[in-house]
Amino acid sequence: MLQLRDLRCERGERLLFDQFNVNCAPGDLVEIRGANGCGKSTLLRIIAGLAQDYEGSVTWLEQGVAVPASEFRSRSLYLGHSSAVKASLTPLENLTWLSELSGPVDHARAEAALQTMQLAECDGVLCHHLSAGQQRRVALARLLTVDAQLWILDEPFTALDAAGVTLLQSLIQQQAEQGGLVILTTHQPLTGVSDVKLVQL
Amino acid sequence: MRRELLLSVRNPAASLNAVWFFVLVCSLFAIGIGPDKAQLAELSPGLIWVIALLAVMLSVDALFRHDYADGSLEQLLLAAQPLYFLMLARLMAQALLIAAPLALVSPLLAVMLGMPVPGLPALIVSLLVGVPTLVMIGAIGAALTVGFERGGLLLALLILPLYVPVLIFAAAAVTNAAHGYEYTGPILILIAQFVLAIALSPLAVVAGLRLNYYH
Repeated sequence: MLQLRDLRCERGERLLFDQFNVNCAPGDLVEIRGANGCGKSTLLRIIAGLAQDYEGSVTWLEQGVAVPASEFRSRSLYLGHSSAVKASLTPLENLTWLSELSGPVDHARAEAALQTMQLAECDGVLCHHLSAGQQRRVALARLLTVDAQLWILDEPFTALDAAGVTLLQSLIQQQAEQGGLVILTTHQPLTGVSDVKLVQL
Repeated sequence: MRRELLLSVRNPAASLNAVWFFVLVCSLFAIGIGPDKAQLAELSPGLIWVIALLAVMLSVDALFRHDYADGSLEQLLLAAQPLYFLMLARLMAQALLIAAPLALVSPLLAVMLGMPVPGLPALIVSLLVGVPTLVMIGAIGAALTVGFERGGLLLALLILPLYVPVLIFAAAAVTNAAHGYEYTGPILILIAQFVLAIALSPLAVVAGLRLNYYH
């Protein structure tokens, strides 16, 4: 489904990876492992289509046919280090705007997503007053409002409490079971999910 | 575009600062040049326009800075919709937010500087069409410099030369009107510049923003 061919990337004359090949199939749950600074985030940004400075190819295949980059964007969801949550908007306003970037959004579905992320009582409160963990939950609620086949998650467990970590792990498991594809980096052991494909960078 | 307007209502400081700057600097000129009414009136069209231009430049610097810092910008670049239209909507909202308040307070300042009354309509119209052009041009510079900590001065060096055509025709329109002459010519040219800017600047802005994420 997702094919990485001969990826090579340098940053400031330092070689991050060379001849990097990975094939991912539907239902895969891929964890990229590696020490700090080994290029995990860079790899995810390359896959998402943000970073352009690399050699090799990233191809998204559907029934064996490569999908153009513009359509790939509506199939994938990238959540990076920064949450993209605006301090002066409420959780619902933030979630609606962020989800609309992937297509039309159902209002009821957005509210249900906030409910699942246990943000219901923060309704109408500006994100400025929310904790880092709650803001992270707002960003993660987008996983529930957007039907993306590919999730690219860069350290999604940062700032989450134990309940949040369990919740997110179950969401990831669900996505894989429904035939989606999850690529993530984390420094926490993934205890709540099974069949993790490890890729050492 | 709705989000943009909502954000500015929640954070009115950004657009109000530009207006304050506009008002304060105009008053400084009035104080600095002295009480000679004829001289002030003669200078007022150019003065008001140069100050409006500086006010725009200051507010344009923050156009993408917050979005870059909190990660909204990378989400915007990965959006499923064509980026050209997303940027177009956002630039239009910003242009409206900056131009409308400036145009609104300008008659007051014009009267304060002793500009003849026939110049006022031309001043308001020229600000309403000219300032959005300045915002669009400034956005290109802001997109290119958003990655730098202190991009402000570089931004000024980049975009001030590009502001010259707008300044020439806007000041000409207001001066003509203040003297009681015909001023539709320069206004039409301002409109043409605006149409050109609105069509082309989103392209340049998108390309500029992408450069920040190249690596």
